[in-house]
Amino acid sequence: MRINGVDRPAPSDARRLLSDHLRHELGLTGTHVGCEHGVCGCCTVLLDGAPVRSCLMLAVQAEGHDVTTVEGLARDGAPLHPVQQAFHECHALQCGFCTPGFVMSVVGLLAQHPHPSAQEIEEGIAGNLCRCTGYASIRRAVTRSVELLK
Amino acid sequence: MTTRWFGAPVQRVEDDRLLRGHGRFTDDIDEGALECCFVRSPYAHARITSIDVSAARAMPGVVAVYTAADLPFGGVDLPLLIPHPNLTQGRTQRCLASDVVRYAGEAVAFVIAESRYVAEDAAELVQVEYEPIPVVITPEAAARADHLVHEDVPGNVAAEMLQEVGDVDAALARSPHRKQLRFRYERGAASPMEGRAVWARWSDAERKLTVYDSTQSPTSIRGGLAVLFGLPESKVEVIAPDVGGGFGPKIMLFYPDELLVPYAAMQLGRSVKWTEDRQEHFTAVNQERGQVHEVEVGFDDEGRVLALSDDFIHDGGAYTPYGLILPIITAGQIPGPYRIANYRVRFRDVYTNATPTSPYRGAGRPHACFVMERTLDAIASKLGLDRIEVRRRNLIQPDQFPYDVGVAWQDGNTVVYDSGDYPELLDRALKMLGPKPSGDHVGMGLAIYVEGTGVGPYEGAHVQVLVSGKVVAATGIPSQGQAHATVWAQVVADELGVDVKDVEVTSGDTRRFPWGVGTFASRGAVTAGNAMHVAARMVADKAKQIAADHLEADPADLELAGGSVRVKGSPDRGVPLAAVAVLSNPVRYAFGGGTEAATQFAPKSRPGPPLQDGEQPGLEATGYYSPPGSTWASGCHAAYVRVDPQTFRLEILKYVVVHDCGRVINPLVLQGQIEGGVAQGIGGAFYERLAYDEDGQLRNASFMEFLIPYATEIPPIEIDHIETPSPLNPLGVKGAGEAGVIPVGAVIGSAIEDALGVPITEMPLSPLKLYELSKTQL
Repeated sequence: MRINGVDRPAPSDARRLLSDHLRHELGLTGTHVGCEHGVCGCCTVLLDGAPVRSCLMLAVQAEGHDVTTVEGLARDGAPLHPVQQAFHECHALQCGFCTPGFVMSVVGLLAQHPHPSAQEIEEGIAGNLCRCTGYASIRRAVTRSVELLK
Repeated sequence: MTTRWFGAPVQRVEDDRLLRGHGRFTDDIDEGALECCFVRSPYAHARITSIDVSAARAMPGVVAVYTAADLPFGGVDLPLLIPHPNLTQGRTQRCLASDVVRYAGEAVAFVIAESRYVAEDAAELVQVEYEPIPVVITPEAAARADHLVHEDVPGNVAAEMLQEVGDVDAALARSPHRKQLRFRYERGAASPMEGRAVWARWSDAERKLTVYDSTQSPTSIRGGLAVLFGLPESKVEVIAPDVGGGFGPKIMLFYPDELLVPYAAMQLGRSVKWTEDRQEHFTAVNQERGQVHEVEVGFDDEGRVLALSDDFIHDGGAYTPYGLILPIITAGQIPGPYRIANYRVRFRDVYTNATPTSPYRGAGRPHACFVMERTLDAIASKLGLDRIEVRRRNLIQPDQFPYDVGVAWQDGNTVVYDSGDYPELLDRALKMLGPKPSGDHVGMGLAIYVEGTGVGPYEGAHVQVLVSGKVVAATGIPSQGQAHATVWAQVVADELGVDVKDVEVTSGDTRRFPWGVGTFASRGAVTAGNAMHVAARMVADKAKQIAADHLEADPADLELAGGSVRVKGSPDRGVPLAAVAVLSNPVRYAFGGGTEAATQFAPKSRPGPPLQDGEQPGLEATGYYSPPGSTWASGCHAAYVRVDPQTFRLEILKYVVVHDCGRVINPLVLQGQIEGGVAQGIGGAFYERLAYDEDGQLRNASFMEFLIPYATEIPPIEIDHIETPSPLNPLGVKGAGEAGVIPVGAVIGSAIEDALGVPITEMPLSPLKLYELSKTQL
């Protein structure tokens, strides 16, 4: 599988979750695990450009696919991706645990809907839980992302 | 002092690493650590008749399996953190149960293996035989002593406490109107997105234990581990790295894993890590809010409260590791912003066969606020008066501060409000709320609350100017997302006249600052914030003294600004802070600017040895702040809601907050705290319910059934502030971390009652609950 543009070896253990493979075999600990049953969205990564829960997939299922994690957005100290920058500007994170999942969901959303309606924004972030922000700042960050991506 | 940074919406310095996925949460630390899994009791109450770990131990990849019998501290009761004279029947659990389990989820055995996958497989091979014992799960059943949770605790009563101000019986007797009310608030769960986790390493060579813990109190963890393992504190390091939300339950200590993981690391000579999964978080991590209140209120024709009596049961859970803090806070906070001349409160803290309780954001206050605000609504309803007017007639007035409520507070003092302007909160909230939207089944709810914040005993801080001119600062209490590194950099930058970006704050790392208490009780800004202020001012004074010697000026004529110490009015005459840092150390630095000024061959600015009596090297200082008492924040929330009469779906049409936490350090951060608090309150009021069945099983221990709100459930929150500075601390600040959540249940309950016309006396609500209440009403 290709992860953040780099070919990576197959997982050593067939039952390993993609989330565990990313975190504990490849050291990509930006993908977080909040519930391991597909509700919180902390583990969201892009699979061929679309947001998926990496805790609901086995790593072997990602063979032959492109996986993008939060570490893949602004590599090697490059300036923050516009979505990351927008989250910073809008104070759309507090503890930061859900943040990578939200960022990946929003990147996926804006790839599909570059000019989302308010409804599309609401639905685009409605698969991720945040316990800190109350979401208002995250909504603002999505709107700001659209501006920054122009 | 200058106020360049204090009060400014400074963007967070923490964000970059978190946004790039480079945060460092406890489970991110690996280094080849062994991984663990608990065997937990499936029963809420049972006697353990046998434990067989042989099959688990024999499994390939398993390194160790511990039961109580394997532990030198297996027979030690875990600490009771805050003893109280009234807590006559305090009980705490043991690290691993060997005799009786008293809640589903209580730890029985601990498996350590080469990976978590293997540990979980092996845990299933541990054979534990139980004889179930009858269960009490509701506080009412516990108070009736249907069954005993602890055989030796009569009536399940851990503690009882009675307080009275004035003469309630006499005041009730002469009250023109009296009303009896019953309110019920169920347990809730904080549910931070990151569960708990502990990682530990023992260095045989250095005889040193290093622990990373997703805790709100690393300094206390360190102290406890040092005592338990017989190590000097200097050989125990505890770090709370990035913590993925806390909201209270991570202040609890010690959870069993906080002993078992370090112990295993010491025994096995390998680093060891345990990371909780979400399902076990639901039963193994403390909860709170379960209370049942019996109220009697006496009032006059104008709706003025003449007497208030509240007799409540607090659901303590199976053990009392956190003492009586929760019911004491509730008892202290029921009167809220209102003048209650005659007030009597009694509580019984009862054992139930459920997870133990300790503070969850709001900590005893949401229930207290619900009781008082619902009582005022009931008074208005009885008299046919406007709800707002009844509140206005009872509010403490701005000229009545300090206001002594007269009952006990959590810090051992009595409840004394230091400052506030409650009528102004109410006026502003009503103005923001505006006219009621048209339509059927639309209701208005409003609640006013106070919050005792910034509780002692103290926090400390270390501030140092490096020879680079950069500043490092450290305090013992950790952050769980409150932007400590940003707001304290603001406080320090103002004192030292440097850019906020030049101040790097470390928090929650005992290697950098070993003393302190913890992040709880909305106390970080008050305690650690003021400690930062104190330490930074000490550094500033020292810098002025050193620069004065160097410049041959009077320290009183100097100021710190623009990264220099300079003569007021003559900005050209100064010395960079970097150079002052060099001058502060008579042993010269090999690198760094300004060394030429510090050479011993420079002209001497003063006679005598370089380091004179009472002087210390280094441009640094350690300062402490210990509050004389809590400082009281306050606020008013109001909302319009619409309830669908068919589906009982709740729609929050408008939600406004007016908040007073004294002087605001960073409005951006404060807004986030309030928005997040309100969202958590909405979750607790209408979506999240811990569904325990009569056997004490939590039937919805997953996010699929315990419904934390998504963005779709949370409306925009409109926020305004007033600032009544606290007279108790140098910065004039009050805490803000918990404020957002406190009145939400009261507001939502009141609004739904207004919308549907059914009495709301309990929390949480849900569409099903409203359907049932409406049916009863018909």
